[in-house]
Amino acid sequence: MEHIRTPKVEQVRLLDRFSNKSTNGTLYLTATHLIFVESNSNNSTSAGQEVWILHHHIASVEKLSLTTTGCPLVIQCRNFRLVHFVVQRERDCHDIYSSLLRLLRPVSYEELYAFSYNPKQNDQQREEGWQLIDLGAEFERMGVPCDQWQLTDVNRDFKVCETYPRDLYVPITASKPIIVGSSKFRSKGRFPVLTYFYQEKKAAVCRCSQPLSGFSARCLEDESLLQAISKANHNSRFVYVMDTRPKLNALANRAAGKGYENEDNYSNIRFQFVGIENIHVMRTSLQKLLEVIGTRSLSMSDYLVGLESSGWLRHIKAVVDAAIFLTKAVTVEGVSVLVHCSDGWDRTAQVCSLGSLLMDPYYRTIKGFMVLIEKDWISFGHKFADRCDQLDGDPKEVSPIFTQFLECVWQLTEQFPQAFEFSEWFLLQIHEHVHSCQYGNFLGNNQRQREELQLRERTHSLWAFLMSEKQNYLNPFYSPAYADSHPVLAPSTLPYNFKFWRNMYHQFDRSMHPRQSILKTILTLRENSCKAESALQSLESRLQQLGVTPIVTSDPPAPPPTRDQRSSALPPRPDSLILGAPINHKEEHQRQDDDEQEEVGEEATESFDTERTVEGSSGTESRKQSYGELDGTYSSELAKEEPAVVSLEFGVARMTC
Amino acid sequence: MEFSEHIKTANVEDVVLRQPLHPPSRGTLCITGHHLLFSDREETGTRQFLLLLKNIDAIEKRMSGSSGTITIKCKDLRVLQLDIPGMEQCLNIAHSIETLSCLDCASEMYPFFHRPSDLSLQDQWGLSSTEKLYSQMKELHDRWRVSTVNRDYSVCPSYPPAVIVPKNIDDSMLKKVAKFRQGGRFPVLCYYHRKNGMVIMRSSQPLPGANRKRCKEDEDLLQAVLDGSDKGYIIDTRSSQQATQARMTGGGFESKSSYSCWKRLHRQMEKGKALQESLIKLVEACGDESNNMDRWLSKLENSKWLFYVQTALSTAGLLAECVERDGHSVLVHGSEGKDSTLLISTLAQLIMDPHCRSLEGFLALLEREWVQAGHPFMQRCAHSAFSHARLQQESPVFLLLLDCVWQLWRQFPLALGFSEALLLRLATEAYASDFGTFLCNSHQERWALGVMERTHCLFKALLRPRERDYYSNPLYEPTELAIWPSVHPQSLQLWRGFFLRWTQQSRHLEEAQEEIRNMVIEWGKLALS
Repeated sequence: MEHIRTPKVEQVRLLDRFSNKSTNGTLYLTATHLIFVESNSNNSTSAGQEVWILHHHIASVEKLSLTTTGCPLVIQCRNFRLVHFVVQRERDCHDIYSSLLRLLRPVSYEELYAFSYNPKQNDQQREEGWQLIDLGAEFERMGVPCDQWQLTDVNRDFKVCETYPRDLYVPITASKPIIVGSSKFRSKGRFPVLTYFYQEKKAAVCRCSQPLSGFSARCLEDESLLQAISKANHNSRFVYVMDTRPKLNALANRAAGKGYENEDNYSNIRFQFVGIENIHVMRTSLQKLLEVIGTRSLSMSDYLVGLESSGWLRHIKAVVDAAIFLTKAVTVEGVSVLVHCSDGWDRTAQVCSLGSLLMDPYYRTIKGFMVLIEKDWISFGHKFADRCDQLDGDPKEVSPIFTQFLECVWQLTEQFPQAFEFSEWFLLQIHEHVHSCQYGNFLGNNQRQREELQLRERTHSLWAFLMSEKQNYLNPFYSPAYADSHPVLAPSTLPYNFKFWRNMYHQFDRSMHPRQSILKTILTLRENSCKAESALQSLESRLQQLGVTPIVTSDPPAPPPTRDQRSSALPPRPDSLILGAPINHKEEHQRQDDDEQEEVGEEATESFDTERTVEGSSGTESRKQSYGELDGTYSSELAKEEPAVVSLEFGVARMTC
Repeated sequence: MEFSEHIKTANVEDVVLRQPLHPPSRGTLCITGHHLLFSDREETGTRQFLLLLKNIDAIEKRMSGSSGTITIKCKDLRVLQLDIPGMEQCLNIAHSIETLSCLDCASEMYPFFHRPSDLSLQDQWGLSSTEKLYSQMKELHDRWRVSTVNRDYSVCPSYPPAVIVPKNIDDSMLKKVAKFRQGGRFPVLCYYHRKNGMVIMRSSQPLPGANRKRCKEDEDLLQAVLDGSDKGYIIDTRSSQQATQARMTGGGFESKSSYSCWKRLHRQMEKGKALQESLIKLVEACGDESNNMDRWLSKLENSKWLFYVQTALSTAGLLAECVERDGHSVLVHGSEGKDSTLLISTLAQLIMDPHCRSLEGFLALLEREWVQAGHPFMQRCAHSAFSHARLQQESPVFLLLLDCVWQLWRQFPLALGFSEALLLRLATEAYASDFGTFLCNSHQERWALGVMERTHCLFKALLRPRERDYYSNPLYEPTELAIWPSVHPQSLQLWRGFFLRWTQQSRHLEEAQEEIRNMVIEWGKLALS
């Protein structure tokens, strides 16, 4: 590619983010990735570490001033990876820097990875992938159309609202003129439409944008559309209108001819503010959070103070609080709710989707969660391109709204370990690909744009890919019976229930992770038991074929799941940091070794006399000596069963296949 | 033993009991010398609720009209409420609880009356002893010996009768060393690292005082520990400033000039009152219902509890690093050598020694390093987070240990042979128990009261088959490797299982744990079928 000046730079050092450790290697720049390969010189037995960074994942590149050891290059990624290279020659560094600057700001969609990514599928497979999620079927599942709600073709050609999908569901009594009239009174034409129907109480969740009410304007069509929504639910004589903004923001909007519904004009509404802050506040909050947790030798006190002052968890709680309000209104009171914010594509998407997740166990399954994202985020026009900075655009439009949604879901999975079919790893994988631009699903800002880009014809669908690896995302604690007994989740929003999501924001900082993973172990055990079971069955049927009556006790015992079986018989898993490192004790041990040096040794210097500190004195010889033996025992035992796995970071392995 | 004089009203009918995670129930309340007993008679049969009075940390009574309400705050952080009809009855009950819950005569406590049917007093008390440990570890025999210089507790009142010391230090020297160490706690062996023969010793601070006195025998003892190795480390759990100040009151530290082969490392660890106040603040924060995120985080920070957890783990990591990585012996002490010293030597052993990580191994470690080593449980655990009583010797050091072990368990969920339930059980038992294990402040006091003859041993009870099943970790896969914890603040967490134990959310997590156990058992069966 014309932007790549230097495809390969040798003798580059990769500095660890939280310790003084560094590794040497070679940096490659390809059309899609920046790749760092550790050189094997220092330890020939273990394969070198590889770091693959997709250009689209890079949020910023910074070239720091030249030091004696070389020229530092700091790369910050949207998946919260932060890498710090030191390139020996200033010129090489500059070449890489300027190439990256160009590569990470694609100007047209055609430059995005999705258009060149080819997972070796034929057209039919690709088409099937795109058909996996069918929103028409989803509305049918909810029980729509029904006697009160119908499909309208008013937006068939995106004429009424450019940012809505073609198919919309409205009350049966809402005529076209009413809809068109209402859309003129709503910001960006986003008039009230159905997004979730709670069949049990016939209550609806509707969404829209703010009304253009200014200080006194009103619109009869809009009023009758709300009336129609209210009438469609016989259980209640009013609808809640939830304005998800802080009241002050809504007031300020009035001066710009926008605003919120005046309760006096709408005969049948109850109006409610639920202060979720806007995209700018959220962006700044996350930046602050990342700054705090990126500090080296962070003290406990600075961490907690920083967590507080970033406000991040407060915002997460605000979104969950809003979703709970929505859920209670619908499921307990049986009242329909209309949700909006300013344009109705950020906070509204968060609250509607999270609310639906609380109300409907289907959305807590893997497939259902895909449907939910497809419905409330993709089809209703959350501006993924702008919010995730897919093309070189306005930095003020970038905001971690979707990340926040995923985090809210994660917080819920922590409170209800048995309620979700998927594990945290699924959420992280979605987050990864929202930013990777590897699949077509999240490209562009709305359906119309996606159709123009012909994404269905030219790119692949993430959902099909995730579905194909479904077993990796299963939550072993998931219990469908729990869903039956708890169809509606009622989370607690006491502050201590909100935790810092280490696996998201420190996903790539291995030293912070638990060293062993319950999730991985349980998944492995389960797979083994399934295997044992099927082996047992086949043996039994074999015995029957041979005409022997199987006696339970005389059955050949299924082999107990020993460790070597586990590691050899398993299909390769994605090397997830969350699921834990590969079962390779040697690597684990070495890593612990390095971590500890930093964690404990570093601070070990408070003393009277400035003699050698522990870290200094634990010279390489003594360490080698004591570990020499250990390495021996462990490698001879384990190396055989599991060839050293090149630990590619997750996601990347597949991108390259 | 006249408990009855404190009980004016023994029975009250028609009492309503409200406890967390349960619907309120109506029934009969009964106060005995050691227990609060509540039984309700529902159609489905009688349910009973039994609470050791010793478990009660504080009560509040509120009268309204002819009835009253007693709020009971327990040492295991549970909060209960009793609605009692009749003002006089209510006052009587409250008075009984107040008096009986803080009787401080150990010999009248419940462990002396507890007689479970499946345990016999004839059984050997405790899991092990110094002599047994020594005889099992042949590696020790060359250079170490068991000394019974303290058999009548005259050399060190807080040590057990037998301790392990360097072979060439005789008992007369030990007596002199004891005079040079606070409370007579001379350096004794607490851990032998099989991989490289290095050891962890512990003691109290030396007593050079302002005159910088020396003690030849003390220096010889430490030299004997080194046994030709070029140096050792002394980890002092005080800051260097605190250690220097201690000289003014007769204490101090091992100076460079007198102990040339020993290098001191200072790590300030909070204990005593500061720790107790930290616990009180944390528990208060956890009970705050104001629903304000900022306030919660700032209270959590303000309590400093997680900071203490971090310090303890990183100091223990340092200790383990000295021994395992650096290959040197270490002496650990603070001032008294009964609190932080035990905390970090225990954690370091868990980090390094796979034997300590099994269920039995862990209990034996606690027995050795806490019960026998003379952690004053009675003083430290007299009150918990709710008490309004003036603080004296209370300090939740043992609880801090359990929290640190929990953090280890979270980071290495397969490496430890016991479950979170065990840690929770121990946290409760340390404050109020049916068993004698945590009674008294030292071996001597327990001997004087006949604890070993007249009560049952908790650790033994925890190893009964049913208990063992419940308290073992279904995912346990022993590893020989050291388990180095991460001490980044992002890697440490509030111990929800304990501090938020009585909330609905913890219940969900418990269910998930139970689910793991069931799954593993089921798969185990399948594998065997």
